[in-house]
Amino acid sequence: MIPEIGQIALALALCLALSQAVLGLAGAARGDSAWMGAVRPAAQGQFVFVAIAFGCLTYAFVANDFTVTYVASNSNSALPLAYRVAGVWGGHEGSILLWILMLAVWTVGVTLFSRHLPDEMLSRVLGVMGLVSVGFLLFVLFTSNPFARVFPSPADGRDLNPLLQDPGMVLHPPMLYMGYVGFSVAFSFAVAALLSGRLDAAWARWSRPWTTTAWAFLTVGIALGSGWAYYELGWGGWWFWDPVENASFMPWLVGTGLIHSLAVTEKRGCFRSWTVLLAIVAFALSLLGTFLVRSGVLTSVHAFATDPARGVFILALLVVVIGGSLLLYVWRAPRIGLGGSFDIVSRESLLLVNNVMFAAAAGSVLLGTLYPLALDASGLGKISVGPPYFETVFVPLMAPALFLMGVAPFARWKKASLPELASRLRWALGAGLVAALALPFALGRWSPLVALGLLLATWIAASSVLQLYEKTRNAASGASAWARLRNTPRAHYGMLLAHFGVAVFVTGVTLVKGYESEKDVRMEPGDTTEIGGYTFRFDGARDVRGPNYVAARGTIKVTKNGQSVTTLYPEKRIYTVQNMPMTEAAIDPGFTRDLYVSLGESVSNSAWVVRVQHKPFIDWIWGGCLLMALGGALAASDRRYRFALKKERAEAYASAPAA
Amino acid sequence: MNRFLLPVGIFAALVALLGVGLTLNPREVPSPLIGKAAPHFELPQLHDSAKTFSEKDMLGKVWVLNVWASWCVSCREEHPVLLDLAKSGAVPIYGLNYKDRRPEGLGWLKNMGDPYQISAFDADGRVGIDYGVYGVPETYVIDKRGVIRYKRIGPLTTEIVKEKVLPLVQELGRG
Repeated sequence: MIPEIGQIALALALCLALSQAVLGLAGAARGDSAWMGAVRPAAQGQFVFVAIAFGCLTYAFVANDFTVTYVASNSNSALPLAYRVAGVWGGHEGSILLWILMLAVWTVGVTLFSRHLPDEMLSRVLGVMGLVSVGFLLFVLFTSNPFARVFPSPADGRDLNPLLQDPGMVLHPPMLYMGYVGFSVAFSFAVAALLSGRLDAAWARWSRPWTTTAWAFLTVGIALGSGWAYYELGWGGWWFWDPVENASFMPWLVGTGLIHSLAVTEKRGCFRSWTVLLAIVAFALSLLGTFLVRSGVLTSVHAFATDPARGVFILALLVVVIGGSLLLYVWRAPRIGLGGSFDIVSRESLLLVNNVMFAAAAGSVLLGTLYPLALDASGLGKISVGPPYFETVFVPLMAPALFLMGVAPFARWKKASLPELASRLRWALGAGLVAALALPFALGRWSPLVALGLLLATWIAASSVLQLYEKTRNAASGASAWARLRNTPRAHYGMLLAHFGVAVFVTGVTLVKGYESEKDVRMEPGDTTEIGGYTFRFDGARDVRGPNYVAARGTIKVTKNGQSVTTLYPEKRIYTVQNMPMTEAAIDPGFTRDLYVSLGESVSNSAWVVRVQHKPFIDWIWGGCLLMALGGALAASDRRYRFALKKERAEAYASAPAA
Repeated sequence: MNRFLLPVGIFAALVALLGVGLTLNPREVPSPLIGKAAPHFELPQLHDSAKTFSEKDMLGKVWVLNVWASWCVSCREEHPVLLDLAKSGAVPIYGLNYKDRRPEGLGWLKNMGDPYQISAFDADGRVGIDYGVYGVPETYVIDKRGVIRYKRIGPLTTEIVKEKVLPLVQELGRG
């Protein structure tokens, strides 16, 4: 009964989404205020029904209702409750439902926080979001129904993929989808602006907090996915350039370009057609990611059970949504105009270079991801493109972007002076050079790549600190240092924090790549091995039983200079339902290093192949991502957006009688 | 030429590529074993560990080798297809019980029905490695001279049996 309620709720949500789209777009086109007035309730109602559907599916999982095919394929009565809930998005059907739920959440967010928008604009934005929602609801109802029943129903389920039975997996998809789907707001604002022909500073200001929030979620989502791969796959790698990782990384790169481009459009009115294009492309890449994961055109560790009908449907959706908006762009963009002029040395041109770099990086990732497909499609054979390509292409593109990141916040709009910039930034550059020359020796070994990484990281960090310092001692304004810091807008602190996060991230990546070490050793109980100054003693493995798995659990004592550091318990698990082996690594995390131990194969009754790894500063990678996301959240919460709103509303009231 | 048309052009090319991609299967890796002699093995039989089974026993016959395991979920899906094929008598099917335990393998055949003339018991998967098995189930069609003529990775379906396996078996049987 409950699954049928879920299905009916989805059908009703589809009706509401359809009316949201039609009323919103047609209402705005006709200037019909009654129609436009119905858009917000329709959007909120759609959210209610999607939430009911999602609740019904969750209930089916919690209650072990194996008459539902999707539950039977992705859960098991022995599965712990938390993973039964996470199992809702453990497969294709449920994760698409999660996608739709997120879209509904963002839509409701727009109805609540954008009341100040002119009715026409809000109607168009909600109309476009409704259209996207219609597409996905049709997709779920016709090709991927999560509520379909199976008869005869199995006694127990096939269990959730053991790889997904992990706390990181509980959070990773919701965060990632919040990011992916969040770009639909920026996209809808862009399309709405194209429809109305009003691509002005106000449009950019309205889009900015939404875009930055979505970007922050995406950052956290990607970081969680990377962290999950690090400790759950048991290899100790944190990024694999897997097609699906790339699929989430491309919208991130374009989204990063977009938030910077929006800043220029808002402040100076430039780059308008470019900003619109980025907003469309960011969402297009989110949809492309969905397509790549679910259509089976590429092989990946993430591949869902695939079905050609689904691929065809998403491709059609991509054509309608993105093709349609790009055609709209062709029609409208030539009339957008150029905005203010600027000098070759100015904040505008620095941000333009940043934009081009990020777009080029996204393009090269796209090329590497789709290249195997292109070769296969033209009958030239099967290949994989891996880290060697991506790292070769990526470092040269990102290094200049990182360098300019240190300069751009200091440059004036319109026209900046190089000598002045050089004199203000000389300390940051000095700090970077010292770090690049000296730090690698302190850490053991100097190499050009490590030096470059540390140079850039220190440069960015120092430039962020320098900004803060300059704020406190701007003699002209006369106020106290504290007052000046307080008057600095939150968006500015957000920017500094995010840039500082990039510095932390780059440090982490550089030091892990430069100094990590690993060993695969055959160990009998009592054997020791040494790595990174730590001694690991293997004290044997014994059998343990988990709720839905059996495991061999090794005991490894770690000491440094005779002092006990920690004891690690890596496991080799066999999940009994799918008879799937899993390597559960044991990690001792630390501020300056992780110790990572995993069990390979047992080679005799008592001996095991043990892999020990020393990963210096690896947690800085995710710490940096977290700082970036926090910076984004801080910037999005700037009072300026709310104040500007109030002022606009007041102006709207004032002008109402005249209209 | 309008420069704003460029994104649409790129997008159209991308869609065309993805459309072609949908018709391909990236997991269909051409097997290097096709056209080569089936690797040699001699394994104890599943039902009677005193007897052995070898690919040499089959010289002079066209036969199907199916890799299966009691722990394999897709094998369940495939099983009715194999039972039908066995019942039709078109071609003898031999099993390679891969990385399994004997009582579980035997129990599985008892419950689900046994389409195999004989199942060879490959407990540690050594023979599987020689045959390039990287997922269960896999199926090979081997001709009278002991040469592998067809390999299927993943479960057989009624369509594949009808369109690929049976025509090939008939053709090989004539030759």
